[in-house]
Amino acid sequence: MPLASSVVSMALATRADRRPSMTRTLWDSSVGKKTIMAVSGLIMLGYLAVHMLGNLKIFFGSDEFNHYAHWLRTLGEPFLHYEWALWIVRVVLVAAVVLHAVSAYQLSRRDLRARPTAYVHKKARSSYATRTMRYGGIILALFIVWHILDLTTGTVHTGGFQSGHPYQNVLDTFSTWYGNVIYIVAVLALGLHVQHGFWSAAQTLGVGSATRDRVLKTLANVLAVVLTAGFVSVPVAVMTGVVS
Amino acid sequence: MKLTLRVWRQQNAEAPGAMATYEVDGISQDMSFLEMLDTLNEELILSGDEPVAFDHDCREGICGACSLVINGDAHGPERTTTCQLHMRSFEDGDTIDVEPWRASAFPVVKDLVVDRSSFDRIIQAGGYISAPTGTAPDAHATPVPKPDADSAFEHAECIGCGACVAACPNGSAMLFTSAKVNHLNVLPQGAPERETRVLDMVATMDDEGFGGCTLTGECATACPKGIPLPSITAMNKEWLRANRKVRR
Repeated sequence: MPLASSVVSMALATRADRRPSMTRTLWDSSVGKKTIMAVSGLIMLGYLAVHMLGNLKIFFGSDEFNHYAHWLRTLGEPFLHYEWALWIVRVVLVAAVVLHAVSAYQLSRRDLRARPTAYVHKKARSSYATRTMRYGGIILALFIVWHILDLTTGTVHTGGFQSGHPYQNVLDTFSTWYGNVIYIVAVLALGLHVQHGFWSAAQTLGVGSATRDRVLKTLANVLAVVLTAGFVSVPVAVMTGVVS
Repeated sequence: MKLTLRVWRQQNAEAPGAMATYEVDGISQDMSFLEMLDTLNEELILSGDEPVAFDHDCREGICGACSLVINGDAHGPERTTTCQLHMRSFEDGDTIDVEPWRASAFPVVKDLVVDRSSFDRIIQAGGYISAPTGTAPDAHATPVPKPDADSAFEHAECIGCGACVAACPNGSAMLFTSAKVNHLNVLPQGAPERETRVLDMVATMDDEGFGGCTLTGECATACPKGIPLPSITAMNKEWLRANRKVRR
């Protein structure tokens, strides 16, 4: 190996003599940036699965839901200080969101530059989920900001935000028409985003193959449907009075 | 057959282009699409107009020179090259839109002709093997497992026409590059440059201004040689492996 590659670099002057670091290569390459998107996306997806399961506790009464919210703050004690586990998760998630969004922005810029002239004869191409990845991502980013200001900090909360009483806060939010609309639109966007995103991540990380394709596509669809249904069930339950 | 053609006309790389409309009559269903364009050009020449410039060479589907987007599809409605597309795929009285490949890495030279030398530079970056000179070795001197040989053959079918780039909404060359990388990386003859090949070819692909892959699958649908979409997945895997290995 070393002999062969040195012979090649002598003869043909490949880029081997000035190869940048692994991180640099990852960040500069379109394939590397997609890898960053895949990994950060899967981190967020893992979080969403846990988040959705936690949300379902609202169906078992205010005590159980509020107690769960408090437990999240005491998680890891006594090894970790109060709320430290939560903050570690928050830091990881912010890093994932930022890396995902910056990569998506830069890759989109590259993609749009690469096809500056549109075809005169237009054709409906690719699936709806695939075509809406960029808009869906923007909707989700805006939603995350609103969601945190609404139910974590309470800045834009209607009905008097009570720290430590998430059950009541959730009821407040889903008692307004716009709270329901924003949330349900975002969750539907999430479903579409996950459907194409999960399968794409598998391809980017090189785990997809012709034989595994059906399994991966099914898994992507199941994840999308389960996450959407799980998240939407909460506002629907509040609207219909199942949770009150 | 009587047809209405709307063809992209552009004097040179700098001039602005536009669609021009032409009527052609007396087209046989057995003509290839390029023969139909030849008929149009004969009429244009006889009437003193400039003929439509388009790329073509072998006209038997193996060279990858012909490059037309027909009614929004690279190489038209059938899964083949433009030269192997026949007029029986169209109806009498149809209006057909003919456009060049659209990608910033494939600038229009004239009318329907684009400059695809960016593909050549991707090949130069790693689409070769280091072979000893001298007499040719016996064909069976290096054993190749049958599945690997099949995979190499499948990817070697790529004729570098650029339909994948033309069909991709991002103007990405991932399917072309993956065909070339996988073709050589799967074989023992390609092993010495296995890592540098994929890293350098992908880097050159990026440098040439091709877009990234969003896995829409348009490329594999358009490919006249049936290079499958999982080829891109396989190249991603090779790239990640190479990025880990190359600095050891």
